[in-house]
Amino acid sequence: MDLSYTEEEEAFRARLREWLGSVLPGLPAKPDPGDWPGRRAYDAGWQRLLYDAGYAGLHWPADAGGRGATPTQHLIFLEETERAGAPYVGANFVGLLHAGPTIAAEGTAEQRARWLPPVLRGDEIWCQGFSEPEAGSDLASLRTRAVRDGDDYVVSGSKIWTSHAEVADWCELLVRTDTQAPKHRGISWLAMRMDAPGVTVRPLRTLAGSTEFAEMFLDEVRVPVSHRVGAENDGWRVTMVTLSFERGTAFVGEVVACRRTLDALAAEARRSGRWDDAVLRRRLGRLNAEFRALWRLTQWNVSEAQASGGVPGVGGSVFKLRYSHARQELYEAAAEVLGAGDALDLDREWVLDRLSSLSYTIAAGTSQIQHNIVAERILGLPKGR
Amino acid sequence: MDFQLSDDQRALRTGMRELLAGRFDRDRMRAALDGGGGVGGALWLELGAAGLFALRLPETAGGVGLGLPESVLVFDEVGRCLLPGPLIATQLAAAAVKGAAEGEAVVALAEAGRPVGHLAAADALLVLDGDSARVLSGGALRRLVGAAEPVRSLDPGTPLWRVPGLAGYESEPLPDGARLRREGALLTAAEQLGSAARSLEAAVQHAGEREQFGAPIGSFQAVKHLCAGMLVRAETARSAVYAAAVTEDPVEIAGAKLLADEAAVGNARDCLQVHGGMGFTWEADVHLHLKRAWLRAGQWLTAADAEEALAADLG
Ligand SMILES: Cc1cc2nc3c(=O)[nH]c(=O)nc-3n(C[C@H](O)[C@H](O)[C@H](O)COP(=O)(O)OP(=O)(O)OC[C@H]3O[C@@H](n4cnc5c(N)ncnc54)[C@H](O)[C@@H]3O)c2cc1C
Repeated sequence: MDLSYTEEEEAFRARLREWLGSVLPGLPAKPDPGDWPGRRAYDAGWQRLLYDAGYAGLHWPADAGGRGATPTQHLIFLEETERAGAPYVGANFVGLLHAGPTIAAEGTAEQRARWLPPVLRGDEIWCQGFSEPEAGSDLASLRTRAVRDGDDYVVSGSKIWTSHAEVADWCELLVRTDTQAPKHRGISWLAMRMDAPGVTVRPLRTLAGSTEFAEMFLDEVRVPVSHRVGAENDGWRVTMVTLSFERGTAFVGEVVACRRTLDALAAEARRSGRWDDAVLRRRLGRLNAEFRALWRLTQWNVSEAQASGGVPGVGGSVFKLRYSHARQELYEAAAEVLGAGDALDLDREWVLDRLSSLSYTIAAGTSQIQHNIVAERILGLPKGR
Repeated sequence: MDFQLSDDQRALRTGMRELLAGRFDRDRMRAALDGGGGVGGALWLELGAAGLFALRLPETAGGVGLGLPESVLVFDEVGRCLLPGPLIATQLAAAAVKGAAEGEAVVALAEAGRPVGHLAAADALLVLDGDSARVLSGGALRRLVGAAEPVRSLDPGTPLWRVPGLAGYESEPLPDGARLRREGALLTAAEQLGSAARSLEAAVQHAGEREQFGAPIGSFQAVKHLCAGMLVRAETARSAVYAAAVTEDPVEIAGAKLLADEAAVGNARDCLQVHGGMGFTWEADVHLHLKRAWLRAGQWLTAADAEEALAADLG
């Protein structure tokens, strides 16, 4: 057990800190939450800055355009960027955190050369077309069909809850390529251009009032066979790789952000006098324990991944479960710090976050599904019916 | 950064587990309870010989020269098997009380306002009062024992006595009481961790064996989710406790104690639920873990004090 950092790691941290200090003050103002093209440009611009400074795809393997950094360096990167208040991955989420890593792990040399550099440069935005109206938790029951026609698949069906679909260039798309096979065996993983003829995106309004996800209708969309990652009908295995990235490492940086929020809540409570309420104060203290432990759990998971090398394990489900609920509790506490009146004002800080946090126990696999995974795959309990 | 256990640490943990399995298996644990739940003198000596109490004394003083992380791993094992006795107080006072390091003396813990465990077996008392600590022994201890009243203890493994105010008894001050309190809290958290892990194992085992409606109850999601929740609780607490052992940061230790108390109590309760009616009997060990976890939650650092310390760190 060694939680200290090597000299090399500390030097990396110091360089990164210095760089953040030099670029963050010059960033343009954050765009309005409803301005999607503006948000895309902002997120892409930040990614480009990272790329030019050598911080893009830090922990991706070098032959995928990454820097081949250790998971620990990646952790330092997430810690420092969040701590400095740098922009979040935003629209680059899918490309950087799960589609990209999946292509790096499962794609051919051509596929890696074609898709990974633009992700790292912030030139191309990806979205995730997994869920369907009839296939959410039971993802493998998806129905969107892809029929082979020469060198193309012809894809028809519909997807739902596709985050960032409005601004994406590419979609990691799950399709059924064999309708006769058992449901897990007939799936393929495709990269689909979002501007291909036959793709229609209809934004959905979230309970937070924004349109961060959309419905997607696919009407005889042609996708080259060469855009399939992994073998035909082997898409479920590839999907498991994607999901392990999504659950394993994608939320790590946010823990640091939650700790910043917690500090801000305490400062606000002290300012307003609510700190004198012992119940509230102790609740914030408990959350301090929670987010400190989540950070340590992250280090534990990263150490384990570092020891075993490669794709994160199911430990990500343990983290995701605990984190998603802790995040909701954090913003419940925020509402109490704000007080009954201000907690109703959408223009007050934390009020929108409270609404957004409601999705954390649903997106990327609901808490119930995560509990099943932990029980069956870690504890070895019998599969249910 | 490498948060994994080192090979030496793994070996230490395995060694301790084997020692305890050989000397304090379930039958012996049960026999000890039937015999009134006190400290076993012979076992205490054996633990002393194995280095449990001298673990953190420097080698120059005849100790083993290991640190808090190693102690945490050892007390994790102690917690798993419900080993009784003021083992933590004895380790912490090993440098100050003659014979404690060798297992020849038992040092019990006395905290203001709380009943004292294992008083009859104690050769010395570690008295903790706020951030000050002292050792009470000899004639003063005998007078105190004479004035103490036995309590019908909730935890059958820990005989308790109510003592009059501790102020009037002469004693030796110990330096750095705040540090003792922190380390006691951390090591207690480690015992809670072992207990939480043991409750989880018991629940998973029962869920895989017990059948209802023609299937193992562990195939029912309601049961499965209880078990998964137990693992999440235990693993979150584990990272907190291990990290606190490495950093020795007071706020981190407070967080570790808070989460480990919650894991031990929560897991014992859920384990009881998974066992159904069997869980409510004296025969199942579940209640023993729950009762010991409640006892430990009130020692060294309570939830209220931990939360206040964690709150004071914010902003
Ligand atoms: C903000 C947000 C962004 C998203 N972004 C994307 C995206 O970009 N791309 C994408 O593909 N998807 C995305 N999703 C979809 C998300 O993955 C699904 O919503 C999620 O997997 C749940 O599926 P569902 O909505 O169909 O709910 P359902 O599967 O219908 O579940 C409804 C309820 O039933 C429970 N349930 C279902 N099955 C079981 C079971 N076996 N055992 C116990 N309980 C069960 C669930 O836990 C839930 O409580 C997003 C969702 C949200 C909220």
